[in-house]
Amino acid sequence: MRFNPLFLKKTIILSSFFAIFSICSPNAKANSEGVDSAKHAAEHTEQVAEGHEDAHGKEGEFNATETIMEHISDSHDWHLWGDKSFGLPVILKTDAGLVHFNSEEFHHDNEGSHVVEANGQRFVRFENKVYYASETANEKGQYLAFVGEHPTNGKPLDFSITKNVASMFLSAILLLLIFTSIASSYKNREGKAPKGFQSLLEPIIVFVRDEIARPNIGHRYVGYMPFLLTIFFFIWINNLIGLVPIFPGGANLTGNIAVTFTLGVISFLVVSFSGNKYYWKHIFAPDVPWWLYPIMLIVEIIGVLSKPFALIVRLFANITAGHIIVLSLISLIFIFKTMAIAPVSIGFVLFMYVLELLVAFLQAFIFTMLTALFIGTAVEEHHHYD
Amino acid sequence: MELVTPSIGLVFWTTLTFVLLIMLLSKFAWKPIVAALNDREKSIEDALNAAEKAKEELSRLNVESDKLIKAARVERDKMLKEAKTLSDSLIHEAKVQAHAEGAKMIAKAHHEINNQKLAALAEVKNQVGALSIQIAEKILRKKFADAKEQEALVTELLKDVKLN
Repeated sequence: MRFNPLFLKKTIILSSFFAIFSICSPNAKANSEGVDSAKHAAEHTEQVAEGHEDAHGKEGEFNATETIMEHISDSHDWHLWGDKSFGLPVILKTDAGLVHFNSEEFHHDNEGSHVVEANGQRFVRFENKVYYASETANEKGQYLAFVGEHPTNGKPLDFSITKNVASMFLSAILLLLIFTSIASSYKNREGKAPKGFQSLLEPIIVFVRDEIARPNIGHRYVGYMPFLLTIFFFIWINNLIGLVPIFPGGANLTGNIAVTFTLGVISFLVVSFSGNKYYWKHIFAPDVPWWLYPIMLIVEIIGVLSKPFALIVRLFANITAGHIIVLSLISLIFIFKTMAIAPVSIGFVLFMYVLELLVAFLQAFIFTMLTALFIGTAVEEHHHYD
Repeated sequence: MELVTPSIGLVFWTTLTFVLLIMLLSKFAWKPIVAALNDREKSIEDALNAAEKAKEELSRLNVESDKLIKAARVERDKMLKEAKTLSDSLIHEAKVQAHAEGAKMIAKAHHEINNQKLAALAEVKNQVGALSIQIAEKILRKKFADAKEQEALVTELLKDVKLN
């Protein structure tokens, strides 16, 4: 294998660094998978109940977990500052066809108590999910029927242009603008030295070609260049946009499991469709005694599936962890309710931001690098020990 | 759990955006950019190769001119040497000839001188003879001015002559 073990090592170090950081931070802890979901749910009920009991009494109470979760998860509105936000299109695939309306019609309600009527159907939003509204409200004013903590109401398929989708469109437009303008400057200045923006991005394009595509895939790299370049710049620009704290940025796109899942699946499909007969033979008919086949087949299939799974989880965890750390550090100010902690907080956040800039590049690089490596093993000519 | 549950909408939009992005960027950006980069790299490589070739050519020419200069120098040395030997031999020959000529002239002069000497001596002899005769004549004339003396002498001479 022509893989550089240094990068794996780096990833492991970084990941463990994040893991330690997440464990140390009391706020982030609640977000980790290992947390008792019942406890989390109980907390939430309390908040909801509190919110309804006295809407103004305990509003100032700061809940770091809720704030952080709100920032790193997707939403139908794009929150700007304070209580300012603007609505995005909600598109629902219901049993009776497509329904769309502006998310402002929910009036920032996220607890299922405001019904939106569209196309003769009634919808409520609860914890960022859209449900078909019940006929009548329950004792908390929610048009939902609950079993335990989860609503039992039906859900339409939600194809809304959420904050993440809007952010992704923005990144796609940016990528198109940047790279078509660069392409035209290549045409206008044919054979000349690069200039301006072109010379900024050219080394990175050359880096993807010479350090990622060529060494991992070999002479067949040319056909994979568009895919690798797109995935590299898509992940990188979205990582960077995610780090911008003010309006067009801030969406935790590459830290969303749906996005990394899609990218991982696309990478898996590309690898699988490029696989030659040696690759498939190695998986379905490895060179082992026949009675080992039941085990080997399972092992090989797990091996094939674990590759995209690792890609999905690595990107998701790294970016989400970065966002959680930054938000946790900022939350310290509000938890301690003193300005004295602010310099410490800001100092750490600054440090984390610089680190996150590195991680933004590194994760894009690793995703592309591993994809190229997997493609390389799939298109590799026969190299067996027999 | 919500954090790690992919939502269908986002999966849909991501797939759509990403696939469109790949198609658009490949057509309008990556193809021209990668092609331009490859072309430029090729042209740079070609230029470098050409420069290398020119350098080689130049050094080859240098070697050649050096060789020519060396050959010319050798030729010149040879010519100089030849000219020197030629002139030396000419001078030598001339000297020898001059010697021979000189010797011949000297010999001729010697001969002439001898001849002249002999001629002069003969002249002197003749002169001396004539002068002697004149002197003798004069003496005789003087001695035989009176008849007695003549008589005496004839008598004396006649005395010596014995008639046989």
